[in-house]
Amino acid sequence: MKPILTRRQKDTIVAGILCLVGLLAVLQLWLLTATMNAFMGGDESVVWPAAAASLGCLLMNLWLLRRLLFLERAGG
Amino acid sequence: MTMPEGEQPREYPDGVPLAEQPNWNKDFPTDVPDDHYVARREFVKFLVLTSGAFVAGQCWIAASSLRRGPGPSPRHRICTVAELEARRVVEFRYPDDHEPCLALAVEPGRFVAYAQECTHLACAVVPHLEKGEMHCPCHNGSFAVNDGRPIAGPPRRPLTLVELEVQDGAVFAVGSVRRTV
Repeated sequence: MKPILTRRQKDTIVAGILCLVGLLAVLQLWLLTATMNAFMGGDESVVWPAAAASLGCLLMNLWLLRRLLFLERAGG
Repeated sequence: MTMPEGEQPREYPDGVPLAEQPNWNKDFPTDVPDDHYVARREFVKFLVLTSGAFVAGQCWIAASSLRRGPGPSPRHRICTVAELEARRVVEFRYPDDHEPCLALAVEPGRFVAYAQECTHLACAVVPHLEKGEMHCPCHNGSFAVNDGRPIAGPPRRPLTLVELEVQDGAVFAVGSVRRTV
């Protein structure tokens, strides 16, 4: 049986998830600007790897969001 | 006052318990930590949505790269060598009629050509040969005449280089190269 989390504990977990999601979103923003710069400069070799990396960040973010929603359902 | 099982007492930023809070706060009590918790949760959802938008942007760039592909490099006659040396700057369009370019006589017998589009926000650059730069009047960007690299202002990428060929006393544009550095 999973322990019931206190509000303070849940608050800490949400803050941690928020930091990770924010970090990944900033990474994606950097990737987008760098890729756009390379693309405009005629360098298309980075376009697909950058898209894959960005998609990986989104999947990570979705997983973290799912954990957050589970945290809601778990109550506590 | 007893709390139901599982429920936690409200907390206020000033640390004063609910019973000692002013009347307006008792009438409209705000559970500040719970409010912060919900705000952070909603912000996470917004960030994940933003993350999805970034992926859409990346996919758009990737799709554009497929559409662009390596186009043909037509051979286009610009002018004669004598004309370019006399005028020092000749405007032409390459590789199609929508892309204005400039051919420059940097030194006697040495020619370069660039697309006239500034790499910052696509304004037309103006050659200032006496200063050795191509100037963009929109945001005061400058590029070196010798190699087209940015030397001042907001542009970060060099001007698109147009490859030249001299044959039978005439100057031809034979290709264009976009560059990142």
